Amino acid sequence: MAEGSLYDRGLAAIAIKQAQGDLIEAAFLLRAYRATLPRFAHSLPVETATMRIARRISATFKDLPGGQVLGPTYDYTHRLLDFALTEPSVPPPAPEAEAETKISPMPRVQDILDREGLIEPDAKPPQDAPPPGDLTSEPLSFPAGRDVRLQALARGDEGFLLAMGYSTQRGYGGSHPFAGEIRMGEVSVEIVPPELGFAIDIGDLTLTECQMVNQFKGSKAVPPQFTRGYGLVFGHAERKAMAMALADRAMRAAELGEDATAPAQNIEFMLYHSDNIEATGFVEHLKLPHYVDFQSELESVRRMRAEHDAAMQATREAAE
Amino acid sequence: MDGYNFAYLDEQTKRMIRRAILKAVAIPGHQVPFGSREMPLPYGWGTGGIQVTASILGAGDTLKVIDQGADDTTNAVSIRRFFARTAGVRTTTRTTEASVIQTRHRVPETRLREDQIIVYQVPQPEPLSRLEPSRVETRNMHALADYGLMHVKLYEDIARYGQVSISYDYPVMVNDRYLMAPSPIPAFDNPKLDRMPALQLFGAGREKRIYAVPPYTSVRSLDFTDHPFRATRAPHSCALCGATDSYLDEVVMDDRGRRMFVCSDTDHCTSRREVGHAGPESLPEAAE
Repeated sequence: MAEGSLYDRGLAAIAIKQAQGDLIEAAFLLRAYRATLPRFAHSLPVETATMRIARRISATFKDLPGGQVLGPTYDYTHRLLDFALTEPSVPPPAPEAEAETKISPMPRVQDILDREGLIEPDAKPPQDAPPPGDLTSEPLSFPAGRDVRLQALARGDEGFLLAMGYSTQRGYGGSHPFAGEIRMGEVSVEIVPPELGFAIDIGDLTLTECQMVNQFKGSKAVPPQFTRGYGLVFGHAERKAMAMALADRAMRAAELGEDATAPAQNIEFMLYHSDNIEATGFVEHLKLPHYVDFQSELESVRRMRAEHDAAMQATREAAE
Repeated sequence: MDGYNFAYLDEQTKRMIRRAILKAVAIPGHQVPFGSREMPLPYGWGTGGIQVTASILGAGDTLKVIDQGADDTTNAVSIRRFFARTAGVRTTTRTTEASVIQTRHRVPETRLREDQIIVYQVPQPEPLSRLEPSRVETRNMHALADYGLMHVKLYEDIARYGQVSISYDYPVMVNDRYLMAPSPIPAFDNPKLDRMPALQLFGAGREKRIYAVPPYTSVRSLDFTDHPFRATRAPHSCALCGATDSYLDEVVMDDRGRRMFVCSDTDHCTSRREVGHAGPESLPEAAE
């Protein structure tokens, strides 16, 4: 759903089935389908602070309002192959939550740091800011704002982001991150139809959000403070949200006055190569016939070799 | 086709693409960014050309699709079927009968007319991409008409190999202003682009660019006075139709080095054989 840019579990399931488990192929099916859909409305920004939490962990504070909520995860499982799975089986029924579960508020960790001024304030667009860019209808152009960058990363290939995020950890554009918070759960999507003039709830999305707290920075004018890297992905996709937050922070290097020398800090490189639908198409197009181009190369190499041989021959004769 | 608009794309998208095309025609050789859509075919397989064709196609058009010069190559067949299915237009393999020709990697041998449009599929619209990977940089170079980098590349080729080593996608100067990638056609085809009576449109879907060469526009292959551009082909005649001036494909006959050379433009070859031309490998009845 993330790479496919379409939040629809049913369609995603069909796509994965049709693609026989090939996830890039499945994402491609969803992309091609979504390109034919009309756009009814723009939603209000979803509010992840009021997310109905299924999982929420912080690596920076031992305890915090709302607590650490482990939730569904592969973390701490021992990676031992389960041979019992060779037999067809029905998964055990999921445990049901108690109806009266008291939901305590779960403020975002970054907001807690923000109150103390320890982290740069959340980027708020100015009142007269243009609407956020949309790569699905407008081509990428540079300089690319953070809105467009985050959209590209959210649609980007998980493997690419993982590798690029990893590269920043190994020193290619390091930004010393802490996983301030990772939260996964459901948020409401609201739209304001013009004929009503007030917001109505049209459904829920499962999202994974990652806020990285990164190395601090300061100057004479601004006291030292931590900086932010942000990841937000459709569905339960922690690995991608974390990698996205690393990549986002790396791509802010120039904006924060750091040297942008590593691949992950090169915005143009990152944005042009993160889309796996584009990448797979162009890599795999090499399977298409190229007889004509290859023929022209063949003729060219033969001609150059003939001239080279003739020149060698002439040199030999001159020497004799 | 039920459930889809004529020629697949919705009218809003077509309008957006037509605007890009008009701008491209107004500034020959200039790459116009456009909101390329995901198509039901992969990027790199002709999505730019398909979107351009879908936007200009009318119910009365006759479409020809070639790949490597041939109507019967896999991707050409696939794209022709796509439009036959989504637009229901008449299709043809005859260059002279087509009103719109979508092509990958070749320009037909038959000279095109004013009432025809040729749509090129373009993998890499930026002619400077192999010399400068950043599009921010190359955009500036185009704005300043600063093409020194390409001239240096040609010069270095001549110094190293005695000739320019580019044999396809050979850079051209359009209307004496913009450096343009003619798409990966063999350099042999470059002279056909110059002052062509037909409108030439170029679509790059993955890179999200459209550009154009209006009819009768000057298209000059980059060269030097003392090293003029040379259009080369395999020095043989077509084994089937005997043509000595067409671009040839090399067909490997066995593992002992036996080769056969045949026209890459299948319609050109067929038409010649129909009027009695023959080559050494033609079937006896065709040769008679």
